[in-house]
Amino acid sequence: MEKELWKGNEAVAEAAIRAGCKYFFGYPITPQNEIPEYLSLHLPKIGGCFLQAESEVAAINMIYGAAGCGVRVMTSSSSPGISLKQEGITYMCGAELPAVIVNMMRGGPGLGTIQPAQGDYFQATRGGGNGDYRHLVYAPATIQEAADYVQIAFDVADQYRNPVMVVADGMIGQMMEAIEWRELPKRELPEKTWATTGTKGERKPNVINSLYIDPNLCAEHNERLAAKYKAMEENEVRWEEVNTEDCEILFVAYGTPSRVTKAAIKLLEKEGIKAGLFRPITLWPFPAKQLKATASQPTVKAVIDFELSMGQMIDDVKIALEGCRPVSFVGKAGGVVPTPAEVASAAKAAIGR
Amino acid sequence: MKRIQIVTGHYGSGKTEYAVNLALHLAQDHENVALADMDIVNPYFRSYEQAKMLEDAGIRVIVTSCGGIADIPAINPEVMSIFQQEKWTGVLDIGGDPIGARVLARFAPQLKPEDFDLLFVLNANRPETKDVESALQYMRGIEAECRQKVTGIVNNTHLCGETTAEEILKGARLAQELSERTSLPVIHHAVQRKFVEQVQNKLSEPVLPMNIYMKKPWEIIFCEEE
Repeated sequence: MEKELWKGNEAVAEAAIRAGCKYFFGYPITPQNEIPEYLSLHLPKIGGCFLQAESEVAAINMIYGAAGCGVRVMTSSSSPGISLKQEGITYMCGAELPAVIVNMMRGGPGLGTIQPAQGDYFQATRGGGNGDYRHLVYAPATIQEAADYVQIAFDVADQYRNPVMVVADGMIGQMMEAIEWRELPKRELPEKTWATTGTKGERKPNVINSLYIDPNLCAEHNERLAAKYKAMEENEVRWEEVNTEDCEILFVAYGTPSRVTKAAIKLLEKEGIKAGLFRPITLWPFPAKQLKATASQPTVKAVIDFELSMGQMIDDVKIALEGCRPVSFVGKAGGVVPTPAEVASAAKAAIGR
Repeated sequence: MKRIQIVTGHYGSGKTEYAVNLALHLAQDHENVALADMDIVNPYFRSYEQAKMLEDAGIRVIVTSCGGIADIPAINPEVMSIFQQEKWTGVLDIGGDPIGARVLARFAPQLKPEDFDLLFVLNANRPETKDVESALQYMRGIEAECRQKVTGIVNNTHLCGETTAEEILKGARLAQELSERTSLPVIHHAVQRKFVEQVQNKLSEPVLPMNIYMKKPWEIIFCEEE
């Protein structure tokens, strides 16, 4: 198929439609506004519904309701708005409701800035809501990946009956790249026999709920959820490696920093330093085993964690490496993207060059 | 070419890259060139990001308060000087889509038809303006919102880093079709410098050679060597 020029946010919105999403509820915030804008124009054309909620809290609860009816539904926001949605997300995990939640991250904390950042890593991977819950987190680094992973996210959400989050920084939401709409592998998905679609007087009503009166039942529920999360850890880890074989420096970066890293690798190559990139595509489950295997190569002298934050993923990098290699950090928060040269300098400093 | 060039189009058509290049091009022959960033819709990839480079080239850059980066729908009142003082050759970089073009409506009393060209920048690789019907719909939408008529079409067809000469020529055909439908002239083809030789003799309208200034962070490799 021929390539077209798509803006990240538009591609996310179009990908949702192509995945069969007919419902979107959200509230505007920069830098993700083109997602609701696009869907407000296009969802009515396919018999879907776009609704601008009165707040992010209302929007996530509309997602809860729609997902409970068994339809494909999405919401999107940016950092402060995603904070507001956290209660809804833990309720959805508790009630086992599939939906896709997109976060085009901006600088924080608080209202922060509208420029690209990755300060919501902890929130996305640990959860900002209460209780023992997990959800998949995809972190696309190109517009093509954003288009692909939003579609994949809908399938994965349905397969595990759990919300899936797609996180990208504002740069990926706002920039333009050539992409193609390609066929993605199909998954066999279970029928939504649990959905509240009306009993027609033929069965007991389905109930969507996260409240348990009996603690024993709630404990059982948690065991079942934990087993589901374990299956995600076993089956859904995704990552990319670039130039990692026999590398001296191993960068770990996702999203926009991974793009900057690829340029930094070229700069280092000119100076005779072999550097590689390990890029998690799923932030949760984190590709810990795979990272450790790559970082354990005898050639690797230093692991550099590069984020648009003050250092959050670095915790997962250190847990994965179990102390087998020194880990240093480069990054900026608040909406500033380090240059390839700055990243290359930090790498050289880490190996004493 | 009239004194004021107003640059409109679908967002993502490359208006800002074109506006920056057009201002630099005009500065070669004109004394007082001003570029006004009048995008009140989108805070990313804006012409203010090139303010220093433009000012070094002798171009006056007019941006909104806070150096342009504040996410507020405001126009710097300095823009009025372009309309009022005839010494200025102005390039107005307008926000994308009909919604972005709405800012111009406010300046309708200041806009004398003999003073300005209203350009519609077209990129045939943008899914929402890839055929003549959809491009025309966008163009009419922009005209309705800004209460002015488009006076010329600019072919700015590209695929960011994946542009080819064929893509530019495909865009030229779409611009031609739109021109026939609307009786508006194709003003020129905005072409990245490295493709100029390949496409020049296949095009009947002038070519504006473009340098790429609006880069992504990882495309700026050699700016801050340690």
